[in-house]
Amino acid sequence: MTATDTMPDAADRRSWAEWLDGHSGRIMVLPAVIVLLCFAIFPLIISAYLALSRFALAPGGFTLKFIGLLNFRKLLVGSQQYHLLGKFGTFGFVQFALLALIAAGLFFLLARYLLRGRPTVVGTVGRLLATAMAMGLAVLALATMAPGGVPGTVVNTLLYVFVGVSVQFALGLGLALLCGQPIRGRNFFRVLFFIPLMVTPVGIAYTFRMLADMQKGPFAPLVRAFGISEWSWATEAWSARLMVLVGDTWQWTPFMFIVLLAAIENQPRDQVEAARLDGANGFQIFRDITWPAIAPIAATVVLIRLIEAFKIIDLPNVLTGGGPGLATESMTLHSFISWRTQDLGGSAAIGYMLLFISTIVCVSFFNFVVRPARRFEA
Amino acid sequence: MSAEPRSLARRLFEPASIDSQAPVARVVTYVLLFLWTLVVVIPLYWVFITSFKGPGEVDNGPFYLPFVDFAPSLQAWDFMLVQNYTLRPYMNSVVVAVASTLLAVLIGSLAAYALVRIRFQVKLAAVAIFLILLTAIIVAVATFGVRWEIAIVVAAALFVIALFTLVGRTKLAVGNSDIEFWIISNRIMPPIVAVLPIYVMFQQMRLLDTQVALIATYTAINLPIVVWLTRDFFAGIPLDLEESAQIDGASKFRVFFTIALPLVRSGLVATFLLVLILAWNEYLLALFLSNADAQTMPVLVSAQNTTRGPQWWNMSVLITVMIAPVIIISSILQKHIARGLLVGAVKG
Repeated sequence: MTATDTMPDAADRRSWAEWLDGHSGRIMVLPAVIVLLCFAIFPLIISAYLALSRFALAPGGFTLKFIGLLNFRKLLVGSQQYHLLGKFGTFGFVQFALLALIAAGLFFLLARYLLRGRPTVVGTVGRLLATAMAMGLAVLALATMAPGGVPGTVVNTLLYVFVGVSVQFALGLGLALLCGQPIRGRNFFRVLFFIPLMVTPVGIAYTFRMLADMQKGPFAPLVRAFGISEWSWATEAWSARLMVLVGDTWQWTPFMFIVLLAAIENQPRDQVEAARLDGANGFQIFRDITWPAIAPIAATVVLIRLIEAFKIIDLPNVLTGGGPGLATESMTLHSFISWRTQDLGGSAAIGYMLLFISTIVCVSFFNFVVRPARRFEA
Repeated sequence: MSAEPRSLARRLFEPASIDSQAPVARVVTYVLLFLWTLVVVIPLYWVFITSFKGPGEVDNGPFYLPFVDFAPSLQAWDFMLVQNYTLRPYMNSVVVAVASTLLAVLIGSLAAYALVRIRFQVKLAAVAIFLILLTAIIVAVATFGVRWEIAIVVAAALFVIALFTLVGRTKLAVGNSDIEFWIISNRIMPPIVAVLPIYVMFQQMRLLDTQVALIATYTAINLPIVVWLTRDFFAGIPLDLEESAQIDGASKFRVFFTIALPLVRSGLVATFLLVLILAWNEYLLALFLSNADAQTMPVLVSAQNTTRGPQWWNMSVLITVMIAPVIIISSILQKHIARGLLVGAVKG
C-alpha cells in the first residue's frame, strides 16, 4: 500500500516516532485488512477448494480429493437437486402469465437503459447479469411453486428474503408514519417498538413456538372456539413457512421502523406545513414531500436487511428444524446439515451458491436502487 | 358560509389546527399503535410469566395472570441460575460480546478514519499477485503436501520480489472508495461459507472452544458494519480542528484519539450498541466454534430442546435473563441509536 501524502525516502534519519507518523495511514488500515484477510479472504479461498473436493474421514485424519465441479453437479442436477432446487411442477397458464410479466418488466428496464441513458460496457454487463439472475430465480420460484412442485432451499431462502423484507418494510414504514404524526407518547412507542430487535433469534423461535401451541398457548381458547385445536401449523408446509416469516417480521420490523421514523422526523417541516395550508391531503404530502425526503434512507435500510436476510438460519432451525420435510429449510441451514453429515464439499458448494446469489442481488440492489435514490435526493 | 358553525362531520374529520390531527384520524392512529403494542408485548409478557410457572401450570392449559389464576414460583429460576451452570455461558457471552465489540469498534474506526482522511493507492497488480500466491499456498499445502511454513516463506519471498520488479511498472490502482467497498462488501458474505476453514484454523491452533476464537471471529464479522457507519461520522466533522492540531505537531494517532474520536461520540455509541446486540445474539458461529467451555447463551438456549421435549419454564428464564440487560441498556441509549443509524444510512 502506498499512502501518497507520505515520503518514506528519508526514513533512515528519522526517529521511530516520526516513521510511525509517516506511515500512520497504512498502520491505521492494516489491522482491519489483516483481520479481514484472515477471517474472510483466506477462508473463502479454502472454501472454494473444499467445494471442489470430496472430503472423507480416514484413519488418523481425513483425505481431500479434488473432484472438480462434481459437488455442484450433484446439487444442481444430481441426487441433491430435490433438496436445493426442489421439485418442478407443471407450468400452467398462471405461471406463464407471471413469467411473461416479469420478463416484460425486466426487458423494459434493460431497453430503457440501453436506449435512453448512455450505456457503458460495465453497466451493460452488470445489468445483463442482474437480469439473468432475476429471470433464473423467477423461473425457479414459479416452477417449484406450480402445482405438483416442491420448493427447495433456494426458493425458501428467496421467500424469507423478498417476502420477509417487503412485509417488514411496509409495516415499519406504516408504523413510522403513524408515529411521525403529532401524537403524544412518541418516545414511549419508539422505545417499546424497538425491543424485539434485541431479542436473540433463538429466543424468538422458542417464544413463538410457545405462543403458537394449539393446546397450551395463550391463544388456545380462541383456537378451540374456532374448532381447529387438532390442527398443527408445524405439519403443513405453508403454515410452517408463515410462522418463520412471522417470527422474522416480529424481530426486524423495529429496525425499519426506528430508522424510518428518524428520517421522517428529519423531513423539511416548513414544506409540510406549507402544503397543509395549501390544502394538500395526507397522501399528497406523503407522495411529494415525505417520500422523496426518506427515499435514500429507505433504500439503504432495505439493502442492510437484504444482506442480513440471506443468512437466516437460527429461526427455522429452532422453530421448525427445517421441517415439515424441508419446507422451511434455508440455504444456510441446508449447508449446516450437509456439514453435520460429513459432506464438507457439498456444504461448501451450497455456501458458495448462496454467496453468489446474495452478492448479485445485493450489489444489483445497491447499484440500481440505492444509488439512483441518493442521486434523486442530491 | 364562513360564519356557519362547523358541522359535526367536519369537526370529526378535519384538524382544528395545523399542528394537530382530526379526532377520527387521532383515534385510528392510537388504535393502530395500540394493536402493534400488543404484538410487541404479548410474546415478551408470555415468556416473562412462563418463567414463573412450573410443569403443572404449563401443561394444564393456558394461565394468564400470576397470583390470579396460577401461583408463581421461583423454581425455574432457582433451577437454572443456582443449580445449573448458566452463569458460565452467561459470562462467556458477556466477555465475548463486549471484548469483540470493543475490538471491532477500535479497529474499524481507525480504518474508517484513515480511509476518510488519507488518500490511498494500492496497485491492482499487487493485489492480484497476493491473491494468486495465497491460492497457490493453499493448493500446495492441501494437494501436494508441502509443509505450510515452507510454502508461506516461499510465497512471501516471491511476493517481495514481485513487488519490487513487476508491480512498479503497472499503472492500474485501487483507491479509497474501492478499499471501503471491499471492506463493507465482506458483510455480504454468508458466515456459513467461511466458518468451515475458520473451524479448521482454530483447531490447528488448539483454540477451538475458547473465548479467544469467538472474540476474533466476531470482531471480523462485525468490522464491516463499524467501518460502514463510522466513516460517515468522520466525514461529517470539519477538517480545521484536526489541521490546527496537526500544525501544532500532534501525530495522526494523537489527532485521532484526542480530537476525532470524541467528536463522533454519539455515533460511536450507536455503532457500539448495534454491534454489541449482533454479537450478543450471534448463533451460527458459536454453534461451530464453541462446545462446552466457551458456550454462549444463544447456543445454550437452543440446546434446551431436550429429549423430554422443551421445558418451557426453564427456557423462559434463560430468554428473560438474556434479553433483560440489552433492553435496559438500549432503552437508556435509545436516542443515540436512531441518530447514529440515520447518519449511516443517509450517506453510507
